[in-house]
Amino acid sequence: MRILLVEDDPEVARFVAKGLRESGHVVDWADNGRDGLFLAASESYDVIVLDRMLPAGMDGVRLVETLRATGSRVPVLFLSALAQVDERVRGLKAGGDDYLTKPFAFVELLARIEALGRRPRGEAPLTRLVAGDLEMDLLARTVRRAGQVIELKPREFRLLEVLLRHAGQVVTRTMLLEAVWDYHFDPQTNVIDVHVSRLRQKVDKGFAYPLIHTVRNAGYMVRADP
Amino acid sequence: MEGAEANESGWRSVRSIGFRIAALHAALMALSSGALVAFLWWNTGGYLDRQVERGLRGDLAAFAADHRAGGSAAVAAAIEARLAEDTDTEAIYLLIDARGVKLAGNLDAWPAFLAPGSEGAEGRLAREAGETTARLQALTFPDGSRVLVGRDVGARRQLQALVAESVFYGLALAVVLAASGGLLVAQVLARRTAPLLATAAAIGHGDLARRAPLSGNDDEFDRLAGSFNAMLDRLAGLMEGMRQVSNAIAHDLRTPIARTRAGLEEVLREASDAGALKAGIERGIEELDRVIALFEALLRIAEIESGARRSAFATFNLAQAVEDVAALYEPVAEAKGIRLETEGPSVLNILGDRNLAAQAVANLIDNAIKFTPEGGLVRVRVAGSGGWAEVSVTDTGPGMPEPVRARAVERFFRGEPSRSTPGFGLGLALVDAVAQLHGGRLDLVAGPDGQGLTATVRFGREGE
Repeated sequence: MRILLVEDDPEVARFVAKGLRESGHVVDWADNGRDGLFLAASESYDVIVLDRMLPAGMDGVRLVETLRATGSRVPVLFLSALAQVDERVRGLKAGGDDYLTKPFAFVELLARIEALGRRPRGEAPLTRLVAGDLEMDLLARTVRRAGQVIELKPREFRLLEVLLRHAGQVVTRTMLLEAVWDYHFDPQTNVIDVHVSRLRQKVDKGFAYPLIHTVRNAGYMVRADP
Repeated sequence: MEGAEANESGWRSVRSIGFRIAALHAALMALSSGALVAFLWWNTGGYLDRQVERGLRGDLAAFAADHRAGGSAAVAAAIEARLAEDTDTEAIYLLIDARGVKLAGNLDAWPAFLAPGSEGAEGRLAREAGETTARLQALTFPDGSRVLVGRDVGARRQLQALVAESVFYGLALAVVLAASGGLLVAQVLARRTAPLLATAAAIGHGDLARRAPLSGNDDEFDRLAGSFNAMLDRLAGLMEGMRQVSNAIAHDLRTPIARTRAGLEEVLREASDAGALKAGIERGIEELDRVIALFEALLRIAEIESGARRSAFATFNLAQAVEDVAALYEPVAEAKGIRLETEGPSVLNILGDRNLAAQAVANLIDNAIKFTPEGGLVRVRVAGSGGWAEVSVTDTGPGMPEPVRARAVERFFRGEPSRSTPGFGLGLALVDAVAQLHGGRLDLVAGPDGQGLTATVRFGREGE
């Protein structure tokens, strides 16, 4: 993917850019809002990673507002040291698509960038999700694996749906907590792990190969390789 | 310099609300009594004057008719008749012929101030009883003779002067009274605001324990001082919280950071191969993540306590939110062999922050599950009355002794000295902060039959 990184701290920028390049992405870096806006407007990117606070009179929120005003719909992820919920809401209201607070783990950032970049845009809504021999019908709300119907509770269905939508990508525990439960706090105990292990009991147990994989120090990934 | 200061204080007294009230009061008093007096003046004094004018005109009309009927002799006769009837000697008449010789009347000569052609005038006149003021009107008949009629208005003028004088002194008195009333109000204002000002000034100089004294009248000033004091108490509470946080950072944050640092140093010194180095650094990152989580929990509590989150308040179904959190923890409880039960209405709306309420309930359930042994029961109960909604979580764990319960909401306070259970000791502090943000509180009591613990978080329902 082609990623624009707008970040004024050179150390953070270097660390993020290096990590993204190692993961196979092309990264352009701007260290202020003006250059960032210029690049965002003139080049074509899959994702923009944007620091919330930038020097030279053009902060992240202004940049996104300006960019959205030109009709651009490129996904934007805010990186910010401002953790307050109000700040988060402001960032998303201005047109941001996701918000990550500093300090962050690189895997969390990478997972969120890849989730944003591969998000289907503008196409007709999906009605069916497939991974290997598993098939999810979003309209009938049914799941089959190898022709066998799997009964899921609504939350389990939603959990599997989020994992399937990001098949082949890492989905972190925080992303699951936000996407499935809409909670923006740390539940201390690893409740997500317990839910995923329950889901595995239904989806993976007794089948030829596992679909839900644990990615160490990061989260989970649905991968369909027999 | 002193002059400038005096000038300054002079300006201050002019700009004081007390002075302005006094001035406004005096001006209003003067204006209203002035309006009253003017009305009275016009209505009484003016009435008397108009009465006189009408009388004079009536006399002249009658004389004109007499003259047409019988000439000057008839007029003279009429004058004599009228003079005979006039007992209070107010009326003045004089009839002269064309040559100026007096024919009848009680005046000796035609007064100088009434010019021959003029219709009427007022002036001083010498009469038998002495000099007086008279209002006169004159009429010239076709044969050249002239008649003069008048009224002695000396007594009236005297009365009017007296009234004018009393009006003047009355007005002056009213202004003086109003001004002194205003000054009194100003003084009361100054006296009542002085303790507030003194308290604010003392606090400005760093004496944060000062509070405004109450007079005990329960009036506006007492209410002002009361809310002033409540505000100060709130600020003092926040400062105390800040102090606690910084102490906590000093103690409880130092420890894990020191441990991380020591661990990394050890890895650097002793790791012989890349694998050991990597493992050591990973451990270091994990420990740093815990420090970050701790930091975030602290900041979150501070954010909640500052009240800034109230802007995100909306009406939501608390019962549903609790149900959702319970569902989130249900597999955790099940994995530990604990039953997690919820009971209560299915709809209970409150005005608040759904995410924070969920986090508070999550903390309570998380705690309950942590401290309940296998085979135990965690019961979550939602209840609501008019002004309150509450969520209580009862466990069958070891419970908390009274002194521990009293301190449980303090930051970093942990019930067990052994610290065998993971956590920072911030969970209940956060629940308490969330409850307070919603106008409620957190209560910890022993569970039923004295076993376990019941944690009840209350939410206010005002405005819902």
